Amino acid sequence: MFRILEKREMAERTVCEFKIEVPDIAKKAQPGQFVVIRANETGERIPLTMAGTDPEAGTINIIFQVVGKTTALLRSLGEGDEIVDIIGPLGVPTHVEKLGTVICVGGGTGVAVMYPITKAYKEAGNHVIAIVGARTKDLLILEEEMKAASHDLRVTTDDGSYGHHGFVTDVLKQILDGGDDVKLVVGIGPVPMMKFLCKMTKEYDVKTVVSLNPIMVDATGMCGACRVSVGGRTRFCCVEGPEFDGHQVDFDELVKRQRAYLTEEKVSMDRFTEQVPE
Amino acid sequence: MAEEKAKGKKREKVPRQKMLEQKPEDRVKNFDEVPFGYTPELARLEAGRCLQCKKPKCNDGCPVEIDIPAFIQLIYEGDFIGAAHKLKEQNSLPAICGRVCPQEDQCEKVCILGKKDEPVAVGRLERFAADWERAQGKIEIPEKDPPTGKRVAVAGSGPAGLTVAGDLIKKGHEVTIFEALHKTGGVLVYGIPEFRLPKAIVQAEIDYLAQLGVEIKAGYVIGRIKTVDELFEEGYDAIFLGLGAGLPLFMNIPGENLCGIYSANEYLTRSNLMKAYLFPEYDTPIAKGKNVAVFGAGNVSMDSARTALRLGADKVRIVYRRSRVEMPARIEEIHHAEEEGVEFHLLTTPARFMGDDDGWVTGMECIRMELGEPDESGRRRPIPIKGSEFSMDCDLVVVAIGAGANPLLPTTTPGLELNKRGYIVADEEDGKTTKKGVWAGGDIVTGSATVILAMGAGRHAANSMHDYLMSGQTTWP
Repeated sequence: MFRILEKREMAERTVCEFKIEVPDIAKKAQPGQFVVIRANETGERIPLTMAGTDPEAGTINIIFQVVGKTTALLRSLGEGDEIVDIIGPLGVPTHVEKLGTVICVGGGTGVAVMYPITKAYKEAGNHVIAIVGARTKDLLILEEEMKAASHDLRVTTDDGSYGHHGFVTDVLKQILDGGDDVKLVVGIGPVPMMKFLCKMTKEYDVKTVVSLNPIMVDATGMCGACRVSVGGRTRFCCVEGPEFDGHQVDFDELVKRQRAYLTEEKVSMDRFTEQVPE
Repeated sequence: MAEEKAKGKKREKVPRQKMLEQKPEDRVKNFDEVPFGYTPELARLEAGRCLQCKKPKCNDGCPVEIDIPAFIQLIYEGDFIGAAHKLKEQNSLPAICGRVCPQEDQCEKVCILGKKDEPVAVGRLERFAADWERAQGKIEIPEKDPPTGKRVAVAGSGPAGLTVAGDLIKKGHEVTIFEALHKTGGVLVYGIPEFRLPKAIVQAEIDYLAQLGVEIKAGYVIGRIKTVDELFEEGYDAIFLGLGAGLPLFMNIPGENLCGIYSANEYLTRSNLMKAYLFPEYDTPIAKGKNVAVFGAGNVSMDSARTALRLGADKVRIVYRRSRVEMPARIEEIHHAEEEGVEFHLLTTPARFMGDDDGWVTGMECIRMELGEPDESGRRRPIPIKGSEFSMDCDLVVVAIGAGANPLLPTTTPGLELNKRGYIVADEEDGKTTKKGVWAGGDIVTGSATVILAMGAGRHAANSMHDYLMSGQTTWP
């Protein structure tokens, strides 16, 4: 059992952050890694992002978007409540080195995954430009954190309510056109965003890394639920990822696999809403 | 003496006793265990068939060296608890082995009775004695040797790890099991279905180890949360790696990542470990196919096919590239699957999968095979017959053709040598790896095998670990 110490709601209650006491994971977790959570005894195992850790305090911060029953159930928990299982840190840590100029692009909840990675690239001595985007101003998360983690932060909103009116890829294009010697783009967000971002950076021939979020079950390299096609080969995201060369990823397949259980997810969610009327 | 002989003769005439079991038409509608097990009367009748050979061959057929005639004699005498204790001298998991061991290839294969008649039903008797002890609630906690002050870490709580933990705790060492999943038992809980091995039985065995003093940490991924070297730094003196199956193998054919195509590991993990068969009471979903194809013909394939039936499939086919005689599954499992209506499409292999616009599998193209000369496994090699392609509809596919090695721990453990398939190199006799103080056994060494072989490997490793810990040995190996 792991205790929730702090809870913060963001993006009009669609996103939630917990600070949780998990000393062993806090000590070991590195940027790019994730944890698997099982909320209660009848719960499913879902991979979630670590947006930060405090090894001294023995805490990790997880951020999740409320998209289905498990995340809705998690959001219903409060400070002092406990989560049955938190397993990790999982996945291969981000390979961070000093390259020069690095652009970190985060969309939606992907910004949470991006935050520790951005920080790590800056600490490694890179010039880090961050671009964060959201549908609208109120859904933007971690703006202050991303500002501190980068040298230059650009913000976009799809509806123009804040920052640049448009997509993160618009701003990325401007920077790439500007002639900076960009060594690496890291893109993390909804699959369509990553797909278009990779299409663009491929035209500019800039190396691009993405972090994928397929459905996982055991997440330790045993079941194969998380398989993704990269460069025409099947790879296992939980032990070989979550980061891959974005120019090689079959995003269309990923999106279809992510949607495999939409019907069941609705059944679960409806059942949950009936039991816990808000 | 004369009386003995007469009794022996009389014993032979009794036929091998069957276990009562659920009828096929009933059991495909539930996940309850199929056989009910022997009654005390049936068990004694069956035990009476044993010839009590002076030089029993059955013992040599057992990977964990159970004294088989001795425990059977105790059943015959009506001392069922005594029989259970006799089993536990050599086998800490008799209720499990009685259910899932391939006895027909081990103890029962060499039984003298089997030469003219059917062999003694050793497995059914083992199961009976272990179940009897559990049902009486008289689980004896054996005396442990005095504490040695040595600490042992066991990574993985499947059959190999549980055997090592059970053996070493009794020898006075401190033992901690680290399990990556949230529940202990490894393949016994995520892989083998409830209808073949009830999870309450596995839990009872694990509770027994906990009562013996084994510390159990679930949800602890060795290689990530702690490396092997960090375990040594924390004061563990010896480490056993029983990590189990790794990345599932696929066939590398087009369309394999369509939705509705599962590895057997995923399909069974969803159903068994995550209890997806109880969805939506449990949150984990599972695709319920109506028209299911399962590739491969081992025990895992049979488990997958029978799970699909229980989840409501109308038609379930085992598709296998060789013929019936090469099928690696236990005869009993094949028999149960056939009784339940699973169809067998032999000498057939898929060439590609077809899907709909949403990315769900709708069918597959198959090709017929013929058998050529034996390959390195000794089995005749299947060869595709040109022009024999045909298509089959299906809405769910389970690929049960084995597993490769899990890269997670080996890649974070310097000094641990792997073979070219990625499995850990360990001494066949004692399980020593190339890294000092580290042993390994089970599927992570051999690739997909059986519960009892993993237990045998655990037994040999435990003996070697004990010698190492007590000798103060500093050289390696």
